[in-house]
Parts: sequence; C-alpha cells; structure tokens
Amino acid sequence: MKFKIDELTVYFPYEHIYPEQYEYMVELKHALDAKGHCLLEMPTGTGKTITLLSLITSYLLSSNQSNGIKKLIYCTRTVHEMEKVLAELRLLHEFQLSQLGPSARLLALGLSSRKNLCINPSVNSASSRDSVDAGCRKLTASWVRALAADNPNIPMCQFYEKYDREASSSEGVLLPPGVYTLQDLRAYGREKGWCPYFLARHMIRFANVVVYNYQYLLDPKVAGIISREMQRECIVVFDEAHNIDNVCIEALSVNIRQQTLDGATRNLKKIAQTIEKFKATDANRLRSEYNRLVEGLAHRGNLPVTDSWLSNPVLPEDILREAVPGSIRKAEHFLGVLRRLVQYLDGRLQTENVETEGPVAFVASISTQAGIDQKILKFCYDRLHSLLLTLEIAETDEFLHIQTVCDFATLVATYSHGFSIIIEPFDERMPHVPDPILQLSCLDASLAIKPVFERFQSVVITSGTLSPVDLYPRLLKFNPVVSQSFTMSLTRDCLCPMVLTRGSDQLPVSTKFDMRSDPGVVRNYGRLLLEMVAAVPDGIVCFFVSYSYMDGIVNSWNEMGILQDVMQHKLVFIETQDVVETTLALDNYRKACDCGRGAVFFSVARGKVAEGIDFDRHYGRLVIMFGVPFQYTLSRILLARLEYLRETFQIKEGDFLTFDAVRQAAQCVGRVIRSKSDYGMMIFADKRYSRHDKRSKLPGWILSHLHDAHLNLSTDMALHIAREFLRKMAQPYDKSGGGSGKKTLLSQEDLEKMERTMGMMF
Amino acid sequence: MEPPVVTMRAKYKASGPKDPGVAGVLTMRDDSFIFRPNDPSSSVKLDVSFRCIKGHKFSKEGSKQALLNLTQDKGGGYMFEFANFKDRDVCRDLVGRVLGRLQCLPPSDQSAQVVPAQPTTQHDNQLSMAEMEQRMNLLREDSELQKLHRQLVIGGVLTETEFWATRKNLLDDAAHKASKQRAGFKSAMLADVRPLTDGRTNKVTFSLTPEIIHQIFAEKPAVHQAFLKFVPSKMSERDFWTKYCRAEYLHRTKNSVAAAAEAAEDEELAVFLKHDDILASEARRKIRRVDPTVDMAADLGDDYSHLPGHGILRDGSKESVDSESELPKRTLLQDLNRHAAVVLEGRTLDVELGDTRTVAEALARSKQAEVATETSDETENQKRLERVSQMTEIEDLQAPRSLPYAPLCIKDPREYFDSQRANAFKATGDTGSGVNKDCCHLSTKQAYESLRAQILEVKSVGFKDPIVIPDLALKVLNDVNQQLSSTDPQLGKNPQATVLDMLPHRTKEELLQHWTSIQELLRHFWSSYPLTTTFLHAKVNRVKDAMAQIYRKLPEVKESVQSEFRHQVSLLVKPMLQVLDEAFKHYDAEMQKRSTKTMSKVGMTGLGVFYTRTGGYYTVKYEVLP
Repeated sequence: MKFKIDELTVYFPYEHIYPEQYEYMVELKHALDAKGHCLLEMPTGTGKTITLLSLITSYLLSSNQSNGIKKLIYCTRTVHEMEKVLAELRLLHEFQLSQLGPSARLLALGLSSRKNLCINPSVNSASSRDSVDAGCRKLTASWVRALAADNPNIPMCQFYEKYDREASSSEGVLLPPGVYTLQDLRAYGREKGWCPYFLARHMIRFANVVVYNYQYLLDPKVAGIISREMQRECIVVFDEAHNIDNVCIEALSVNIRQQTLDGATRNLKKIAQTIEKFKATDANRLRSEYNRLVEGLAHRGNLPVTDSWLSNPVLPEDILREAVPGSIRKAEHFLGVLRRLVQYLDGRLQTENVETEGPVAFVASISTQAGIDQKILKFCYDRLHSLLLTLEIAETDEFLHIQTVCDFATLVATYSHGFSIIIEPFDERMPHVPDPILQLSCLDASLAIKPVFERFQSVVITSGTLSPVDLYPRLLKFNPVVSQSFTMSLTRDCLCPMVLTRGSDQLPVSTKFDMRSDPGVVRNYGRLLLEMVAAVPDGIVCFFVSYSYMDGIVNSWNEMGILQDVMQHKLVFIETQDVVETTLALDNYRKACDCGRGAVFFSVARGKVAEGIDFDRHYGRLVIMFGVPFQYTLSRILLARLEYLRETFQIKEGDFLTFDAVRQAAQCVGRVIRSKSDYGMMIFADKRYSRHDKRSKLPGWILSHLHDAHLNLSTDMALHIAREFLRKMAQPYDKSGGGSGKKTLLSQEDLEKMERTMGMMF
Repeated sequence: MEPPVVTMRAKYKASGPKDPGVAGVLTMRDDSFIFRPNDPSSSVKLDVSFRCIKGHKFSKEGSKQALLNLTQDKGGGYMFEFANFKDRDVCRDLVGRVLGRLQCLPPSDQSAQVVPAQPTTQHDNQLSMAEMEQRMNLLREDSELQKLHRQLVIGGVLTETEFWATRKNLLDDAAHKASKQRAGFKSAMLADVRPLTDGRTNKVTFSLTPEIIHQIFAEKPAVHQAFLKFVPSKMSERDFWTKYCRAEYLHRTKNSVAAAAEAAEDEELAVFLKHDDILASEARRKIRRVDPTVDMAADLGDDYSHLPGHGILRDGSKESVDSESELPKRTLLQDLNRHAAVVLEGRTLDVELGDTRTVAEALARSKQAEVATETSDETENQKRLERVSQMTEIEDLQAPRSLPYAPLCIKDPREYFDSQRANAFKATGDTGSGVNKDCCHLSTKQAYESLRAQILEVKSVGFKDPIVIPDLALKVLNDVNQQLSSTDPQLGKNPQATVLDMLPHRTKEELLQHWTSIQELLRHFWSSYPLTTTFLHAKVNRVKDAMAQIYRKLPEVKESVQSEFRHQVSLLVKPMLQVLDEAFKHYDAEMQKRSTKTMSKVGMTGLGVFYTRTGGYYTVKYEVLP
C-alpha cells in the first residue's frame, strides 16, 4: 500500500497496516524532520523492523526532503538478525520497485567479518575468526603482495587480486543496486571471482542501506576501521536496543588473566627476535619508522586497506595528534617498556585479596613502580601497531595477548573517570579454583555511544522492551526529541501472561538462592513443564536463570524420571555453551515444530538464544521463565557499576537490579508473537513475580494482559487457564476484530480517510 | 448372496475399439472370466484369471459403443463390446468388486509392480490406473472402509462408482500425499541404558535389546564405527558390549579419574569415552545448511568486542567456562540434543532388528547414501531463501497463502477420536454446566424464513472472513463437549471408558459395523431423492433392501447379549432403528405418492436437520422434507 504522512509518500509492502505501525511512522518522521535522536518502544509482534525500514527508505527515496539524508545505518546485535532485516528489506524493495520503477533502486548490503564473508577455501576453513583474519592478512598484506610481484611462488588470494584490479580500474560502484545478504555477497563474489569482504567494505561508502553489527559503530577498535568514512547525514538505527548499555560497557572493557600475560611475554620474545633479524638485514626500515614516529601518528589515513588491524581502543577525539614520546620511538626501548609493564601487571595479579582501584591511582602506581608515565602508556597501542607493521607481521592472531596489554594501557591512561580496575584472585562462585584476573571495567555506558550521537544526525533507539523509557536517556546521556512507548492494539486477547507462584502441592516455587536446589521446587518446576508439554501443541520454550542452574535441574529431572515423561510428548533440545551445537539444536527444534512433532527448547536468560531468536507462531506457543534472572549480585564488577550508577545518576542498586532482571525476563518471553493473528502464552514461574515492584517493571504491553486473577496461580490453575486459552485461540481468526469496535488493522482507505479528517482539523 | 456369475453376450475386440470384433459369450466368475466365440471354429478363446488383471476401463454412458477394457498388469488387455450399456454395467460392477477384493489381499509380488496408465484418447470417463490404485491403497490402509466396501459393494448393494462418489475428498487427499507416512523412532531415550543393581551383591546389570542397540548406533557414530571395525575380527560381540557398558558405567558415575585411567590403558574402551569426532565433522557439515536466521555460529564470527581479553569476563551475568579439561566430557545436555536430532531424522532402515551386524552394516550403507544424495548447496540455498522470505512476511497484513499440508495418517480413527474426546472431556469437566437444555422446536415455516434471511444476507454482503464467528465456534465446541460428557453414562471413573468398552468385544464390533453401514446406506438413500430416473429408483430399492436386512439383524444383536448389557445395547440400538424408521417412512410415503400419480412436482419445501448419535458419534443428516 501507499499512503502519505504529511507530505511524504510512504511505501509499505502489505495491504494492511496496524494502527501502531502508523503512529510509529508518524513519530519517527517527526524525529527525522527535527534532525534529532529518538527512543521508541514498540511491542514485538507488531512488525517494528518493516515499519522502520519502510519509513526510512521512503524518506531516502523522496526527492524533496530537506535534510539531505543519504544513508541508513541499521545496527543489529547478531548476524541472524541482520539476515532477517535484509530479508524484510528485500520484500520492501521489491514492492517499491513495482510501484516506482527503476527510480526506487537502492543498494543495501550487510557487512560482517572475514569469517562470514571469505570465499577463499584455503582461508575460510580455519575454525576461529582470528585465524581467518590472520590467514587473509597473510595473503593480502601490502608487503606480501609487493614480494609476490617479484616472486611467483608466494601465494596470494586470487579473489582479492581480481577485486583489486577491478576496483582500481573502474574506481566506483562495483555492485549493481539491490539487496545483498551475506549469502548473496558470497554468491556474487564467487560469480565474479571477487573478494566479497573487501567488496562489501568498499561498497558501504556507496550503499543507501548498510546493515551491520552494533560494534561496528560502538566499539572504537572496529568502528575506527569500518565506519570512519560515514558522513553526518545518516540515520542510525539500533534495533533491539534494550541491552545497548551493556554492549557499550563491554566495548571499552579489557580483562587480563595469567594466560594473557604469559602469552604477552612470548609475543615480546618473538618481536625481539624479529627486530634482531631486521637489524641484521634491513636496518633502514627501523630507522624510517623512527623518523615517521617523530612526525606523529598521522599515518593512519593512507594505510592500505588490507593492512589495517583493529583500531585504537580509545575514542577518536581522545587520540592525541602529537608526536610519539621520544622514549618509545626506538623499537628496543618500546620493548623494554612493554616488558616492564607486563612484569608489573604480573605482580599485581599475584594478590591474595580483591583490590579495586581507580584509573588515576593505578596509573600513578605504574609510574612509581615501573617507571612508565601516563603519556607513554597512552601511546602503547599505536606504537605497537606501528611496530608490527614495520616488522611485517601478518600473524595477528598470535599477537592478541600483547595487543590486549597495550589496549589496557592505552585505555587506563586515557580515561580518568567512568572506569575502575578490579583484581580478583578467584571467581566468587568457585573460590577453590585460583584464577586471578585483572579487569578494567568501563562503568559508564555513555562513553562508547557518545561519538555516535555527536556524529550522526538522527539516531533511533528502539526495542520491544525499553521500559522504563526515561532510564535510557540517563544511562546513555542523550536528549531524545521523541521518546515514546507504544501499546499494542489487539484483535483478540492473543497474549496470555501468567504468574505461577506455587506448584500443584501449593508450596511456593522460586529460584531464590536458598530455595533453588530444594528438591520440592525442582519437582514442582518439572511437574509444571510436564503438564504443559501434554497440553500445549507445537513448540514450548523454557528459560532458566543460568547455565549452571539449567544443567543442574535437567540432571535432576533426568534422575527423577520427569525428563523421560516429557519426552513422551515432545522432543527436547537444549542450548549449550557450544554455539555450533546450539545452532544445530535450534535448527532441529524448528524442524520438529514444522513437521508437527512438537518440541521443547531449554534455554538460558542472557544467553545467546534469548538475545535474538524469535519463537513466534508454532515455534513458541508457550514460554516458561523459570525464576527471576538476577545478575550474580556478589560480583565485584557489578557492585562497582552499581556504585557508579548510584553516585552519578542516583539510581538505587535494588532498582537497577530489578530493572535489569525483569527486562531480561521480558526479553525472553516477549518474542512469542509475530503478528496479531499469532498467539502465545507466557508463564513467569517464581513467587517473586507476584510482587508489585517486580511486576510493575514489565513492559506495558505484557502488563495490560496480565489479569489480576493470573497473578498467583498454582500449576493446576495455570494448566486450566492454558487449556481454555488454547481452545479459544484455535477458533477461526477474525481480522476485523469482531464487534469490539476498535480498528486493529487499517487499509489504504482507512488511512486516506484519516488523512482527510486530519487535514480538516488543521 | 447369489454367487457372482455373470453371462453376457459380447464381442471381443483384440486390436482396439476399431476392430469389428468376434461375437461370443462372456462368462465372469469371481476368480476368472471366460470368453467363448459363437463360431466354434474361431481360435479366439479366452480363459483369464482376474489375478493378472490390473484394472478396468469403460466408455461413457451415451457414447457410441458400450465398451469394457480389462487391462493386464503387463500392459495390453482385453476389450469387449456389449449390446447395450446395461449389460456392460453389470459386468463392470462385477469386475470392480472382484478386483477390489483381490487387491485388498496382501499384495503378492506380482501385483506390486505398477503399470503406467496407458494414454487414453477416446474414452475420457475411463477410470485411470492411478485412481484405481489410490482406491486400492485407501482400502488397504483403512480397515473400516475396507469392511464397508466388502459389505456393500461386493455384497452388491452399491456400485463401485456410487461408493466412491461420496469419498472424493479421500481420494484427493490420497493424491496429494506424496509419500507414505512412516513410523519414526520412539521419543524415549533408549540409548540411555540405566544399570540395574540387585541390591545384595556389587553387581550392576545392563540390558540391551536390538532396538536399543539400533539407537545407540544411530546416536553414537563412534560406537557404530568401532563395532564395524572390531567385531568380530578383534573381539566378540559380547565383549564389545561389555566394554561399552563398562564405559557407560564409568561415565554415569562421573568418576572422571577412573575413566581417564581406564581409557589410558584400554584403547578400545577409550573410543567410547572420547569425544566423538564423527559427530563433530557431521556438525561442521550441517552447520553450513542451517537457516541463516538462527545461525548463531556466524554471529560468533562477527563478534569483535569479545576478543580474548576484551569485554567483561566475570560480571554478574556471565558464567566462566572451563574448557581445558583433560578428557572432554560428554554431558547429558549433548546426549539429549543428539537423541532428539536422531529421532527427528527418522528411521532410515528397512532391515529387521535382530542381528546386530546386519543392522550396523545397513546403517552404514544408509549413511553413505544420505551423504551421496545430499542435494547440492545451490538448491539447498534456494530453498532456504524461499523459507526465509516466507517467514518474514507478516501473515495478517497480507492475503493468506495456502500452505501445503501433510494429511494425518490415522491407523484407527476410532481410537484416536476416542482419546481426543476423553481429553476434551477432561478439559471441560470442570467448567460450569450451565448448558441450556431446552431445545427449540421451530416450525417448518420459521426455519425456512430464518434460512432465507441468512441466504439473503450472504447474497447482499458476501461471506465474511472467517465464515465462522470465532466466539460462536468456541461456544459450540464447548457445548458439544459438555453435552458429550454430561450425557455419557458415567459408569467408570475413567472418562475414557464408554459404554461400548464394557460390552463384549464381538457385540461392540457388530454394533459399530452396523452403525457405519447404516450411515453409508442412509447417505445414499437420502441423496437419491428426488427420484428422477429409473436408475435412482432401482438404487433406492436396493439400498432399502439392504437397510431392511440390517433392521432385522439389530434386535438379534440385542438378544444375543447377556441380560446385564441388554439395556445399554438397546439404548444404542434405538437411535439406529429410529433413523431407519424415518427412512422407511419416507420411502413408503414416496411410493404411495408415485402410485397415486400425484407426483405433480417435488419442490423444496423445507430442510430438516437431524442429529443422531450412537456411542459418541454424531451424524448430521440433511433431509429434504416433503
């Protein structure tokens, strides 16, 4: 359908539109017109992605827009979400082409790492991402190619060579307009014999829509390479952004363990050997590096694209454009500094007690004990980078350890606020295993995202669960021009949230620390699952509070025979810590739901699956959240962060913990519906959910369906409600909403009518 | 029943319909047919067993010739021309019955071959081979239908065509069904053998059955491979399984130190405890084909903020992993995933489970075949893309698209629906029983008016989508469930035990069989009215006779049971008698009308809807009221 919002013609690929989608577009358009940032919460299952894409691409396509917006940068948390976004975009693009003809042509592509894009069989067979990166660098680094020009025996990557010839000869757009998923990029690369990774990197400059991971904007290490050239006239969308504060914090945090320091020592030895070799054979090279360093580090701009490594971990505006301190210009001197640093860190790691320190004190103590001042520390990373390039080291995966140490040094010397350094001799949860760790922990989420807000015209932060909406602007320190939470108008009551507080024996159930291993609770949880498995068709998803808890309870169920009974009804699939196995399990789970056999999926809140997999339609008729997914509250890092939040934002510890736990729970259960014709149930199985302070933090669209009668249920009552609900939902679906009067679906006619009445009002 | 022998004048046409043919007499028995030419000197004599006849075709009524073509399963066939269509139809029906009966028998190896249907240009109404095949398949699969078919068609009450005319949907479904449904693995985890202790001695016992062994092979390729490698060349089967059980026991007791020690000593035992490399490589192969929208492995490859040493390692939400343990442990979670995946893949073996060696070899063969036939990446990707694009559409903003569905193959419908009903009863048992019991009696006129109004509304407004109002549908469903459960005599505590289950098996069978035949007959009976042709007239007579036969038998059933059941049986028999009475009444009235020649016009004056019920089955019957 095609309709107008103010003066903008919006192309929407369906025959109908939900009212909240329309409102969402209106609000979004206001924010774009005002060239400001916005924060929008809209329930899952209302087609958020297509709404965003539809409005923004229509905005891009409209010729008379005043903002001069050129590009949409769509950030997703995961690769599979990226695929979904691109699939929706393709649907939209086909529709726009059919409506507008060739003038609607867009170039949209997804960008990922070499691991996901490389088509060179000798490189992409490597198992880890880092070894693929290093493998690529070994074939494509500028010095390797320079050598290969003389010596035909040195292997090169044929795909990169072909791409490079093409790119340098035509100097322009190599990819015809269209929507390219990673799969498409690989296929196109194979067809043409071009390297898809560098092709995609090259093309994001020309693309109208770029879809990639959060970190390509938020993590300075990656953003510095990938997103450097994005202009200001971009719309940046962070989808599923409820965890964005955690992503920001992770992006600027570094941890150092004993292995890291051991590895760094090995790295230093190897570097020293290489330096000796170069001194003997090619002393000029080191000298010329010295001269370059005198002039400063401004060489970064003209580095060949294939040589670039992970960028400086510090935010762009904090990089000093000045000459490298004299004491580390010479390679040997720099090595000496690094050795002293590693030694110092090693000493700090040998502590018996937990130590917490601020960056300022830490830098001061390095200065006194190791004799390295702040300025030298600040330059560690860039100096190392330069040295590795000079020494023509392509095996970057082997030098990750020393890189980590330099990252740490640079970060700790640059920021005096919003960080803390925590040294723990062992994990609190496993006190008998000595595993010392030095954690540089970023506490302030706004640090990493600040440049994004400053650099781009409009940043859209959106998710299904952003409640409470006023918290995010405080955490991320920005001023949204539009901040709105949308409710969901439903044709029928297709959501059925329930709070289960007791088992069938009327004893309370909870994952509170003192109760969770109680066999009675374990059995009651098992009975709940068993009853539900027999009553609910197709897919059921269960979320547990942690891996260890899931592992424990599954083993107990196995011993009690509950698991065997569950398997009488449905197949069981489980998320494990192995990503490959989890992916296969998930794929099989979907197959089992597709073929009608039905299955249960056990998963973990805060795990990879909870983060981005949809359990809509028959893939999830019921989600059970066993327990409240609180963070481990004794963790020092968490305590440090809570303290920081309290001091800086006056957010109470308890409030933040509850907020965090409930948003995780809501995130887990919130992915059951995809559209208004879909339906699903959610069971919060813990007595603590019946308390008002927990419950009230659930997003509004769940709360509005949580009846008072469903707040304190036992297993039998929940089963009864589930049966009634399923029977009701199995009836034919009436789009028009029966006689209830409110419209939950708008056709083109309705929209035109609305427009006319709006026009009359003004 | 008269012995089905038919003798007819016919012409045998050896070379197609254009052939003038050889005149003679065709005699058909229930096992063979014989053709004797009128001219005794002619060499054309036939004596063919029906066993080698695969199907029959015939020309349309009203076409030039009355033909019947009996096709052989090796191709070719026998074509006869009859003087008129009536004669032909008699023969055709007999052939249909005989063939139907023959093919109900377990297929012998000769009939297992499928003969491609010959292209027919002249007679478009001919039964295609495929359709014939489908009918046979249906009969073979559905025992109840087969019984009915035997009784009514082979019993001569209904013709083959009449019988199938009301079952078009079954045939359509069968045509859609691409492959036969096959029994899969059991969901239960058999491979997870639990040791039994006798409590007194320090002995544990594992018991393995062929079924379990098959599952172990399927779920643990390393064990499978080891078996093929070691048995019987290196050790006996018994030793092999003893070792396996030993390893399992070690694994189960979680005694990793002992396990490591044993594994170090005994390399064969180590196979069972080690990480399964075959599984790992299989996983690598499969991961390339997963749906990209669930591919979390790709995600790992894109995550630069969790480089080793970066990010927050030990905050409150994550758990640290200890990956460096000496003997990689096989966890229960992995076993569960593996088991479910194997169950989902399904049983690919066609060998008898008995000899372990053959099972192991067959499994290895089928695995190889699987790898070989795996579709190329290209087509697989295409399919994946299609699926993804279908998944992305938001269904209710879009006109619906019809999805292919696999019809459910229910072996015993009665058992299935009984259990469904029991479930439904369990669910509704506790809802308030505020069922409005009073039935309204509408006069014909009122009913007519109401129907008229509804039709007018549909005409002016068109059908709504959905046609059934959801709330109303739920209400009806609840009411029906309620009524079922409330009217069922609740003798046992178990709601699943209906009256029928308490009767002697023979009586139950008999009653049910009568009931299905009555239903079938009634359907034909009422659908024949109004009687416009003599053919229909004859049919009604036939059906009526058959009904009368059953009518006479019903009281016998009642008498045959013991006195304590007699009341229940008579309750069950009563509605049957009632519906039959209704039919007879109608028949008599109609006959009278015909005889008094007052049949000026038969118009639709009203519709009556009758619900009848026996043993929990509802029949809805539409009847044209005179």
